[in-house]
Amino acid sequence: MKDTTLVVAGMATLAAGTYAFRFCGQALRARISFPPRARRMLEAAAVILLAALVATTALTQGHGFAGCARPAGVLAGGILAWRKAPFLVVVITAAAVTALLRLLGVP
Amino acid sequence: MSSIGRTLERGVLRDIALTCLAVMFIGLSYGAVAVASGFPLWVPAAQSVFVLAGASEFLFIGIVAAGGNPIAAALAGLLVNTRHLPYGLALRPGVTGRGWRRLVGTHLMNDESVVFALAQDDPAASRAAYRACGVGVLLCWPAGAIVGALVGSAVRDTSAFGLDAMFPAVILALIVPDLRDRMTRRAALAGAAIALAATPFLPAGLPVLLALAAVLLLARTPAPASRPGRDPAASDQEPVPAPRPGPDPARTPGPGPDPAR
Repeated sequence: MKDTTLVVAGMATLAAGTYAFRFCGQALRARISFPPRARRMLEAAAVILLAALVATTALTQGHGFAGCARPAGVLAGGILAWRKAPFLVVVITAAAVTALLRLLGVP
Repeated sequence: MSSIGRTLERGVLRDIALTCLAVMFIGLSYGAVAVASGFPLWVPAAQSVFVLAGASEFLFIGIVAAGGNPIAAALAGLLVNTRHLPYGLALRPGVTGRGWRRLVGTHLMNDESVVFALAQDDPAASRAAYRACGVGVLLCWPAGAIVGALVGSAVRDTSAFGLDAMFPAVILALIVPDLRDRMTRRAALAGAAIALAATPFLPAGLPVLLALAAVLLLARTPAPASRPGRDPAASDQEPVPAPRPGPDPARTPGPGPDPAR
C-alpha cells in the first residue's frame, strides 16, 4: 500500500457517501406521500435491483463472462429455492455445484 | 430490541441467521483477498465496519491494488452503492428507526436487510426483521473479513470452494417469493437482462441501476400486484402473517411456473 493517507481518505469518502445514500432514500420516503400504486412500484423496483445484482454477480466478472461454474451453481440454488428447499440447502448447493464443476476443470 | 424474538416468526429468524452465516463466509474471502493484495489487516477491518457494503469494498480493494487512485476507487464504490437510495425509498417510512436510533439504523441498510424487511407485511415485523438482519450482518461481515485476513493464504483460493456463488445464491433465494408474482418476475427478468447487456460497456454499478428501467413494465398494468398483505392500506390491521418458507397459494398465480427461466 503506497500512500496511507490517500487510502484512508478514499475509505472515508466511500463510507460517508454510502451512508448518505442510505439516509437520503428513507428521508425522501418519509417526506413525500406516494399513491398506493407508486408504492408498489417502489417495492418492485427494489426486487428488480436485486434481480439485476444476482444476474451480474452470477454471470459476470469485471466486464466479461465469469465462466460457467458460478452461474451453474447459482442456477442450481435458484431451482431449489423455487421448489421451496431450505435456505441453507440452497446456498450450500450453489457453492458445492460451483466447486465441483471447477474441480472437474470447468472455468 | 427485546421484542425481536416475539415479533418475528421462528422461520424468519432462522433464515436471517443463515443469511448472516453466508455473509460471514463471503467476508472470509474478502479479508483473504485484501491481505493477498497487499493491504494491512486494518483496511478490510475498517471498511467492513464503516462501509458495510461488500461489493463496493471488493471493488475498492481491487482498484487500489491494481494501482488506481483511492479517491477514484471510492467514487467507483459509491456508484455501486447508489442502489441504497432506491432501497430507502422502497422501505416503509420508519423501518430504519426513529430519533437517534435512526442514525444507527440507517447504517444497517444492505441487500439482505432490505429483502427481509420487504418480505414482512406487518410494520413492526418489518422493522424487527430489518434490525435483526442488519445487526447480524454488522457483526458477521467484519468478523468474517478479520478472520479471513488473519488466516489469509489458507483461504486465498476461495473460488475453489465456490464461495463466489454464495452471494448471488443468497440474494436469489431471498427474492424467490417475490418472483412468484408473474408481473414482478417479468420486470425482474427484464431488469436482469438490461444489466447483463450493459455490463461490458459501463462501469460497475451502473448496469444494476439501469435495470430500474424495467419498472416501466409495471407502470402500464392496471391490476395490483397479487400480494394482498402488502397493500399499504391494509398494513395497519395486520392480516394473517404468511410463513415465508411454507406454501402460500396466494403467492403462486400460475399453475406451474418453470424454475429454469
